[in-house]
Amino acid sequence: MILSTSLNSTSYSFIDKLKAVDYFLIIIVSIIGSMSVFAIYSTESGNFSFYTKNHLIRFLVFFSMFLVLSFVRVSFWYRQAYIFYILGILLLLLVIFFGISASGSKRWVNLFIMNLQPSELMKIAIIVCFARYYHRIQSSDIQSYKFLLQPIILLLIPCYLVITQPDLGTAILIAGSGLAIIWLAGLNLKYFIYSGLILLVSLPFVISILKPYQKSRILTFFNPDRDPLGAGYQIIQSKIAIGSGGLLGKGFLQGTQSYLEFLPEKHTDFIFTLFSEEFGFVGSMVLILLYALLIYRIIRIGFSSRSFFAKLYCFGFASALFLYIFVNIAMVVGLLPIVGAPLPIMSYGGSSMLSIMLGLSIVMSCKIYSRDTIGS
Amino acid sequence: MIKKIGNLNKNKIISRRLFVLVTAKIGLLGIVTSRLYNLQISQKQKYEFLSDKNRIREWKTPPQRGIITDYFNNVIADNKRVYQVHLSLEEVSNFNNSIFKLKNIISLKEDEIKKIYEKKEKSKPWDTLIISENLSWNEFSKLNLYLHELDGAKPVLSTSRYYPYSNDLVHVVGYVGDATTQDIQNKKKIEENFVPGLKVGKIGIENSKDTDLIGNHGTKRYEVNASGKKISEISYNKETQGKNLRTTIDLKIQQLAQELLKNQAGSICVMDIYSGEVITMASSPTYDPNKFTHGISTKDWNKINNNKLRPLLNKSLAGLYSPGSTIKPLVALAALEYGIIDTKFKVNCKGHDHPYELYGERYHCWKKNGHGWMSMRNAIKQSCDIYFYEVARLLGVDKLSLIAKRYGLGSKVLKDFFSEEKKGIVPSTKWKKQVLEQPWYLGETVITGIGQGYIQTTPLQLCLMTAQLANGGFKIKPNLIYDKEIDLDIIKSKIESEKIKSVSQNILKNHEFKYYERLYRNPNNLKFVLDAMYGSTNEQFGTSFRSRHKEDKYKFAGKTGTSQVKRITDQDRELDLDLEEIEYKSRDHALFIAFAPYDKPRYSLSVLIEHGGSGSKAAAPLAKKLIKKILDRHELREKIRKDLKNIA
Repeated sequence: MILSTSLNSTSYSFIDKLKAVDYFLIIIVSIIGSMSVFAIYSTESGNFSFYTKNHLIRFLVFFSMFLVLSFVRVSFWYRQAYIFYILGILLLLLVIFFGISASGSKRWVNLFIMNLQPSELMKIAIIVCFARYYHRIQSSDIQSYKFLLQPIILLLIPCYLVITQPDLGTAILIAGSGLAIIWLAGLNLKYFIYSGLILLVSLPFVISILKPYQKSRILTFFNPDRDPLGAGYQIIQSKIAIGSGGLLGKGFLQGTQSYLEFLPEKHTDFIFTLFSEEFGFVGSMVLILLYALLIYRIIRIGFSSRSFFAKLYCFGFASALFLYIFVNIAMVVGLLPIVGAPLPIMSYGGSSMLSIMLGLSIVMSCKIYSRDTIGS
Repeated sequence: MIKKIGNLNKNKIISRRLFVLVTAKIGLLGIVTSRLYNLQISQKQKYEFLSDKNRIREWKTPPQRGIITDYFNNVIADNKRVYQVHLSLEEVSNFNNSIFKLKNIISLKEDEIKKIYEKKEKSKPWDTLIISENLSWNEFSKLNLYLHELDGAKPVLSTSRYYPYSNDLVHVVGYVGDATTQDIQNKKKIEENFVPGLKVGKIGIENSKDTDLIGNHGTKRYEVNASGKKISEISYNKETQGKNLRTTIDLKIQQLAQELLKNQAGSICVMDIYSGEVITMASSPTYDPNKFTHGISTKDWNKINNNKLRPLLNKSLAGLYSPGSTIKPLVALAALEYGIIDTKFKVNCKGHDHPYELYGERYHCWKKNGHGWMSMRNAIKQSCDIYFYEVARLLGVDKLSLIAKRYGLGSKVLKDFFSEEKKGIVPSTKWKKQVLEQPWYLGETVITGIGQGYIQTTPLQLCLMTAQLANGGFKIKPNLIYDKEIDLDIIKSKIESEKIKSVSQNILKNHEFKYYERLYRNPNNLKFVLDAMYGSTNEQFGTSFRSRHKEDKYKFAGKTGTSQVKRITDQDRELDLDLEEIEYKSRDHALFIAFAPYDKPRYSLSVLIEHGGSGSKAAAPLAKKLIKKILDRHELREKIRKDLKNIA
């Protein structure tokens, strides 16, 4: 009650809320979710064991969470935006001191119920944080140096923390999502051009601070045959798997590349490869179309929202989601270097699932409470 | 109000900016889609091929060699079941450990272990290594007992080459061994069918007929996973066994020949004078070919290689010897054919006190007291040297050379069938000029007349020469592998038609003869020479009289030969030592050529005993035993011949 009086808001009946829910979006998410369970099942050669079980449980738990959190009022996220951001930063710092290492990088903290990857959470936190930040700023002020510098600092802190884990892929995704919102908020095009030029100039320096394995991945991207059994192995095998899938694929559970263990990381970053090998070009197109529909629905919700925060968040999240999907698929088909980025919902991984579902619940909240205008 | 305008303004901006972003997204989506189209539709075949290459791996399975039999279908080169242990490298966790354990179960020597490590270096991680090719039953059962402790070790039942008559046929059949890089490079058939552990022929028929004997390897195609582990068998293209071969050899006669040559260095060859079938080709000493199949030990190898009687030398066709007096029938024939002398021509042999003299050089007869006045028949029968010195002088070396070559000397009998066969030397003035770049001396003609000097022949050539004299003077085609194209009836009818043909103008000139073509000018000359050889064996004072068969059906005709290995000095002649008193290496080679039965000749043979002394004492008695066996087995051989013809 306090909530509704302090903000210029409307009251909603429960029926109104249920009516406002975007069921189409829920259906799309459940379809992709079911497809992901079958894909993970296939990575285990058709055995319902560890990965499939875990993935199914996570999907069900986080999907339910998405449905429940959808009814949290969007103004709550607005108010807690900075807290969310700070929490994310604190968790990233926690990783430095108490993190769990796996295969050479420290990315996780043990939260007893699950090992959380704070960088995944940060992907959402940065969008929420920036949406609030630009919600308050007048369009005339956006171009001022003060309001230019603040978001850049806000963005650099998590990026730096994630790069040092090291996790270049997630850092790029965080930076990309942040930049997408800054762009949407209306920052002058020239700043993007300038920073692009600066990045280009500083590229040699950036490369010099990269870890050897990151360098080798980038070199391998340009020439996978450089080291076909080492760094180039993943991308070569991934291309073979996708290419041999053909128009209709080898059939469910028939993917020889993954079944015979030629594919590395097949349940995480290379889940698209497995899916594409088994279901072919047609299957891949169906999956991409589902993702496109998902993004379209999110943008539609953004348009129908009255508050600028909601708009900015929805458009920002839609762009980020697109970025995640694009980077992952482009990576496994050999258009981008292998940087380690999961495919939303499809890939095995709790933190990724959590952050996507959380992000979606805020979108749904924007839909349900679309008539809310946020602001003091 | 301002705020509202601001918000409106912001909303306008965000929509415009979103439009740009969405456009970019659609563009990027287009790129991803076209990439997928490119991979999955345009380049599908390429990636499908790569995927199959990934998942399918081929294993070649070794073929079984063809079986080799003698003429009577006795197996002389067989495939025997052997027990082996293989090590599948992909299943071995610790190689050193596995070898150590295996060493304790089956006896592996240090040098064998060294070889295994060498082999391992060259193999791929999914290869199978042959640890031992030939385990005893004891070792094999022990291995099976401890198998649970030996990861990757596999007891395997396989086959390997086995020669049931071991030493007796080694110079004919040869032996097999592991294919070397050279073998693989030289023979396409080996290259195509190479499988680790494949045995290839190294020498003898095994080598000459390798292409037929090897067979074709099989191919097992397996689906494998990324670490090379076999998941399932996709297809199995079965290997095919090599062709079986029937040789012309008669095992029983070959065995007798080897038995007769026991403890001596020498050769015995037997040939069918019409079909040219080599019935026996024995060479002594021998060695065991079975020892080579799985790699011969250094100790065994040294024993064979250091034997002074040279077991590795196939004396029948790679041993070169002066033919000695065995050439005399040919010298006589040449002189008659050219009409230099007639059969009544006489020479007086007066003993060592009055040797044959030419330009101050003296040439002796082997008979100290001399033969007295000799006619041609007697000179052949008693092997008078003086007579042939004179005939050779009158004939000239070039005419002799021409006839000698015509009857089979100076060229390879079996063509290129055996890589080790030698041509020998039939000297002529032209040959000496070309090879030694020296003029010919008449004294050299004289000694060529008794088969000494430059002339060098193989025992198989002497056997062929005898055959082509005994068949009435027709060129035959020697062969060692049964060939249904060589039909006795056809050969005989060809010969009959040749006999009545008018003699060609060129008959006394050098020209190429076709198979079964007549080689002589006048048949009476041949008849005369063969009759003289009959005298040599069956009449008193004949050099091989003591080795004759009295029974009509075994009667044969022959000619002895004793070839000097060093020049006899006057001092030697003075001493006149017995055989036992002469150093082994200086003793004469004993030779004998013969054909049988005399009235209807069918088989020819040559016997050579290295450093055996005189031909009449050392060689002719062996021929006697052999001829009885050959003739006893004649009916049986003819029966087989008929059967084979009927099958064909």
